[in-house]
Amino acid sequence: MSLGRMKIGRATFWRANAFRIVACAVLLLVVGLSLAANWLAPGGYVKQYREAADSAPSRQHWLGTDDIGRDRFARVLYGTRISLLLAPAAAFLSTLMAALIGGMAGYLGGSWARVAMALTDLCLSLPWLFLLITVRALMPLNVSPMVSVLATFLILGMLGWTSAARVLCASAGSLRDSDFVCQARASGIRGARLFWVHVLPNLKPVLYAQFWISIPAFILAEANLGILGLGVAEPMPSWGSLLKELEGLVSVGEEPWKFVPLVLLVVVVTSFQFVLSKQEELAA
Amino acid sequence: MQIMRKKSIAPLVLSLAVIVVGLSLSVTAAAQGELRFCLRSEPKTFDPLKVEDDASMVIRYLTGGVLVRLNRQTQVLEPELAQSWKVSKDGRQITFKLRSGVSFSDGTPFSSEDVAYTVQQLMDPALHSATGDAFRSGPGNVETKIISPTQITITFPALVAGLDRQFDQVPMLSAHSPKKEMAVLGPFVVADYKAGATVLLKRNSNYWKTDAQGLRLPYLDSIRLDIQPNRDVEMLRFKRGEIDLINSLDSEYFDKLAATSPQFVHDAGPSLDSEQMWFNQVARAPLPQYKKNWFRSANFRHAISEAINREDLSRVVFRGHAQPAVGPVSPANKFWFNSKLQPEAYSPDAALKALQGDGFRLENGTLKDKDGNEVVFSIITNSGNKSRERMATMIQEDLQKIGIHVNVVTLDFPSLIERMTQSFDYEAILLGLTNVGLDPSEQMNVWLSSSENHQWNPSEKAPETAWEAEIDRLMRAQAASADAKKRKESFDRVQEIALEQAPFIYLVNRNALSAVSASVHGASPVILVPQTYWNVDQLSVK
Amino acid sequence: MPKQTNPARGTMVRKIARHGVTLVATVMLGGFLSATLVRLAPGFDVDEAQLDPHLNSESIRALRETRLEQRNIFRFYFRSLQRAAHGDLGTSISLGQPVTLLLRDRAPLTLRLVGLGLLLSWTAAMALSLSAAWLRVQAYDALTTVISGAFLCIPAAVLALLSVLWNVPGSLAVGLIVFPQVFRYSRDLLAKAYSLPHIVTARAKGLNELRILFWHVVPVAGPQLLAVAGISVSIAVGAAIPVEALCGLAGVGQLAWQAALARDLPLLMNITILVTLVTLLANSGADVIGTMLRNRKA
Repeated sequence: MSLGRMKIGRATFWRANAFRIVACAVLLLVVGLSLAANWLAPGGYVKQYREAADSAPSRQHWLGTDDIGRDRFARVLYGTRISLLLAPAAAFLSTLMAALIGGMAGYLGGSWARVAMALTDLCLSLPWLFLLITVRALMPLNVSPMVSVLATFLILGMLGWTSAARVLCASAGSLRDSDFVCQARASGIRGARLFWVHVLPNLKPVLYAQFWISIPAFILAEANLGILGLGVAEPMPSWGSLLKELEGLVSVGEEPWKFVPLVLLVVVVTSFQFVLSKQEELAA
Repeated sequence: MQIMRKKSIAPLVLSLAVIVVGLSLSVTAAAQGELRFCLRSEPKTFDPLKVEDDASMVIRYLTGGVLVRLNRQTQVLEPELAQSWKVSKDGRQITFKLRSGVSFSDGTPFSSEDVAYTVQQLMDPALHSATGDAFRSGPGNVETKIISPTQITITFPALVAGLDRQFDQVPMLSAHSPKKEMAVLGPFVVADYKAGATVLLKRNSNYWKTDAQGLRLPYLDSIRLDIQPNRDVEMLRFKRGEIDLINSLDSEYFDKLAATSPQFVHDAGPSLDSEQMWFNQVARAPLPQYKKNWFRSANFRHAISEAINREDLSRVVFRGHAQPAVGPVSPANKFWFNSKLQPEAYSPDAALKALQGDGFRLENGTLKDKDGNEVVFSIITNSGNKSRERMATMIQEDLQKIGIHVNVVTLDFPSLIERMTQSFDYEAILLGLTNVGLDPSEQMNVWLSSSENHQWNPSEKAPETAWEAEIDRLMRAQAASADAKKRKESFDRVQEIALEQAPFIYLVNRNALSAVSASVHGASPVILVPQTYWNVDQLSVK
Repeated sequence: MPKQTNPARGTMVRKIARHGVTLVATVMLGGFLSATLVRLAPGFDVDEAQLDPHLNSESIRALRETRLEQRNIFRFYFRSLQRAAHGDLGTSISLGQPVTLLLRDRAPLTLRLVGLGLLLSWTAAMALSLSAAWLRVQAYDALTTVISGAFLCIPAAVLALLSVLWNVPGSLAVGLIVFPQVFRYSRDLLAKAYSLPHIVTARAKGLNELRILFWHVVPVAGPQLLAVAGISVSIAVGAAIPVEALCGLAGVGQLAWQAALARDLPLLMNITILVTLVTLLANSGADVIGTMLRNRKA
């Protein structure tokens, strides 16, 4: 290939992948900032500057302080570690479960699909709030904040698969009788191999959508689980707990710095989507 | 014919115009006399004798006619439906002389028969209500003797402390009205109820009271109560003028509103409410024995109390609209408060020293007991209450300074109550007392060791400590005495013991904060519930 | 010539019948499981009222005994079914009113809220995803991603509060909660469908976009989009709870939240049955129509 063609190819590559590259850079920046929290916010997320409670941004506190005087910038940085690590992990778990349950049900069809989807609908309708309350009751009160948050995201991952399972079942059902699957079957490929190699890759659009939707959903759900004693325990911060400050909306309009965690979440979630969308175009 | 038709149309059009204008004017006039505020939950009942929840209490206050009324401003008992009354020396009997010419909202005449009926309903053993239990001082039946249509004597089987004041909570029911409990003697009557949305109260046209000029009260035409549990939305609606008052305002909203509209907000000073925490002292609690030993040590409880910065709690959590609490009685309760007592001073050094006296030691920033167990415990509180969540987090930080690691756990209220009253699977709880009455007899079931509401160690078969036995004796003594001075001496001593032994670690007494819009006339917020509309029959909205 | 019966119609009738049986069995199971979950959750046997210091021990015991009938979950469920057969759904413990009355009064509001919310969300989602698929402009796609991502990240409670703040109907809040999820699924499904070789061929042959959409894209993506429609109903029903609670709308969502806090077993069980029924009907309907579309394609 000539040098000119290589240059044109490179330019095309950058143009075609501009959003993806920027998204990767943003994600890396956010991860880097959270890992550097010890240096960027040496005061930590626990210390209460009680003389400056609920204060506006200043040189000492770049994003002001919360209701009991904790530095909000530090809490955003440390909260990023928790949410950025665990929410995608939980989203991955729920996506995997959706793929296995919904995808397999659609692939097998018939009674399997009927029973699986009936149970999925049941899971969509049940008041899982009470299961979560029971889970909290079974956990010791003095569980460490890290264990509590791990348990929370694990539960979210295990309960969050139902919506996507339905869509995956429909998608897999459509693929079951498609030409390429019939051809593969005729070639002697059957069972699990047929599912993993030929059906599952074609479910990627739904899987990526499920993954992308689950990340912010789990971050927000973790904060709401705080009312049941689950979720991130004080004084550990998380994006969800920071976003709960927005529920004092009457006054937050006059305190725009409280929207920073929301902006950060939107940026990260959008970045995930840009990174994933290229994967799904390649898959298609 | 055409001319006649033209002539006949004009008056018709004019009449229609007058009717339309008149209707619009009359609608406007009615709307001006409507007071609007929010209930924070769905009312569970309109039966005044079965009231347990706050929302039902509001409706009871606004619609119920009582024999005597505690003036929320002066804290003096005043005649209402009873012109006068007399309590016997032994505190068991009360005689009421009733007003004549009074009718229920449906026109049914009011007489001593209705009082007798109400008392019999109230004291029905099957009723099981807080209102009725307040009168149940001993076994036996209540006797009512109708002397005349306007005079009645009621005799209780045992002394009822503060007997006359208790009738402030007892609206009279009609013995004869077909509308039963919906026929009322108060200034308003329930006109409409949309579950989950509103309760509309309309003026009781048969209300007996008149003002100094002889005008029939209430001034208001109606009261609209919107059911709104969310305080942010309530605040928003007040700012937009959709509601006229907020009876109990959170401190953060108080400050925000005070910054823009200081004339709307009122800080009436310390209320009777308190926030406190306590440790689990139940012997059969599923806790390790070493933790039970900590919690049952008065020295440990005292040290924890000393290590908590109450000034910071008042200043940071309540924005200065609270003050450090001393004991079970707020200083706002002028007669019953033991003024000799002072709040525990914040002193982490003194706390550490006291703990060291019990064999605790600080090792690498962690406190350990004499057996080497790290001092770690959890504080649970009810989720959704931001003030309590913040207080718990601040206490966590305070105790960390003396090496104690605290885990803050917020639970939904039923789960918390279940741990507190049934499984006893908790270590420390942070809660508060609200709607506290003035008379200490209202707290009998908290202080008596045999009671289910003796929160740190309920339903003791016999007092497990000498000081609890002493409190039992003192509380029974004050409840059995009709002498206010003797009662005060007994209850003062209870407060002293409470401070010495710290079964409850009292944190703060919140101020009574409220907001009233400029359109409301006659409002004078006070500390007693209901703070803003205690004189509802004299309020008007323009 | 003898008239030929349509085997597809017979299959359809059998499919609908099977769905009906599954529906009834699932609803019954849902009712029982929800009752069990509530019964076993801590806090079932308690009442906030028992903390009132005015109450004596007898009264507290009497309060606890109001739930005696519900302690044995099998007996409770069996008796509930017996009563339900006569149209009596029991009485709410927390509100003291017949459950039938409560649901009858509140269901229309929730249906309206959810219905309008779904209409708004699907309209917005399909408009954005179709335009993104048609235009195939990276910047536009990025913009729609950012918009949907933003709404996905805003807590439902905040959207509900915003609707109160800006005096807009609660259905808009429900719509905005549901919209990003519907958009994401439909955008990805449509993008996948549009990238198939036969679409490229159709475009090369000069077919107009509407024809391509209805004749070549919808049959391919249709069954999955219908599945998304089915689940969007349950997402909208879930979104109705915070919206009704915060906007002060007296619907079933608000009732469900109150019932959950009060551990009101009769009310919660019946609300779950109602929600299960709605979810099943929506998803079963989507399945049936999806099958019809697949059969037509075949």
